[in-house]
Amino acid sequence: MQKVGIIAHGIIPFTKEDHKIESILHKSTNDLFQKNTNIDKKEIDAVLVSTNNNSKYLSPVLSEMLGIQPKIAHSIESLCNSGTNSIVSAYSYISSGLADMVLVSGAERYDSPGQILEWDNSRGEFKHPIFWASIFSKSYKRKFGISDEQLALVSVKNHKQAKENPNAISKKTYTVKDVINSKKLTDDLRLLDCSRPCTGSASVLLASEEMAKKYTDMPIWITGIGQKTTSAGFTKNTSLSSMESTKIAGQSALKMSNHTVSDIDVAEVHDAFSVCEPMALESIGFTNPGKGMSMVKELHDTNNFKINPRGGLIGTGHPLGATGISQTIEIVQQIQKTAGNRQTDNANVGLVHNMSAASTSSTVLVLER
Amino acid sequence: MSFETELSKGKFSIPECLTCKKIIWPPSEFCDNCNGETSLKKGEFEGKIIEFSRQDKNYFCMVEFFDSIRLIAKMTTNPKKDQIVKISKCGITNGNYFFEII
Repeated sequence: MQKVGIIAHGIIPFTKEDHKIESILHKSTNDLFQKNTNIDKKEIDAVLVSTNNNSKYLSPVLSEMLGIQPKIAHSIESLCNSGTNSIVSAYSYISSGLADMVLVSGAERYDSPGQILEWDNSRGEFKHPIFWASIFSKSYKRKFGISDEQLALVSVKNHKQAKENPNAISKKTYTVKDVINSKKLTDDLRLLDCSRPCTGSASVLLASEEMAKKYTDMPIWITGIGQKTTSAGFTKNTSLSSMESTKIAGQSALKMSNHTVSDIDVAEVHDAFSVCEPMALESIGFTNPGKGMSMVKELHDTNNFKINPRGGLIGTGHPLGATGISQTIEIVQQIQKTAGNRQTDNANVGLVHNMSAASTSSTVLVLER
Repeated sequence: MSFETELSKGKFSIPECLTCKKIIWPPSEFCDNCNGETSLKKGEFEGKIIEFSRQDKNYFCMVEFFDSIRLIAKMTTNPKKDQIVKISKCGITNGNYFFEII
């Protein structure tokens, strides 16, 4: 297989504002090309758009707006992990030799139809994600003896880290008390435990080794990919306190990259809700079952940005189709040592964890220089 | 007679494969094991509360039937984990299933 690297990226600030999907797609790709004026757009073989938006034919639309005529152009939708799934598709096009350079652009509006999986009738009238998040939270707290106050620390940490991210929707810091006193959505979930749907877009350009070396001295290689779908319906989850698909995807990605989890210097994990962060940390293997919150506390107490340096989904916002791409850009910046105030020490190998619909599917990427 | 037709009449039934007898959930015309056709088992089924939480006055509970069907149902009284329950009310409103347990 050919090596595949990320050679450029573009992003726009995440917001609650009302913008057309085509407009924000164009803005993040424009940011990419403005920051990389040496790239010849005509060499792009494929344009993949990651979104849950109902607008049609967005890849050809974006291609036309960019003034290019790629061989391959289509959209990819997979709820919240559309972004990393699009990156994996781009990787596949390049590693198979079907393309040398692929633009992946993700975008979502604050009112995305991807927020609720209408098909999942086994959830009864409780289809909104806050209900599966509440069940996960209750089950995790019950199994490991974790309190609401302990879980609230995820939100506190990630809002603190988001404050250093100019593209994050959150500009505030919060205390544990603030989280606990925020609007009670259910017995097991407060408003500040939740990531916020928002408008946002992020883009990356992937290239073959030969093409990457033509355009940059610092490509970031995708060395590990793991994906797993266990079901579509939330109620099919065998465990309510761990993420089975994440466990399998994480193992696959680490194996492919010839790394163990102890080699990972920095990671973005899918904290759609507070409880998702310790569950993801445990499922990927960063720590043992039930010890995720101890890890979060230690990171927070030592101001260590190793996990979710950009502020996670909770601090940055969650424009579904753009989220996985935004997470990937953060890890690229961390490895390139261009993450500014969020920069972590010795970030040489990074991991991205992006999941959908109560962890019924997960994608994990390993990136390195 | 489909699961949804029965559900819209307020009757909860269990789809089972005519060939291999596997219970199929979510309901489907075909078995995900042997691709055979399914039929509906009718009756009063007992389920077990796996987990629950509460929004305002109402509890929402994940309930398991026959070790294979799991759904989320409303409960108006205080639930307990592993409590045995029955579906007291069900149907379809605005395209969404709803289930209530006692």
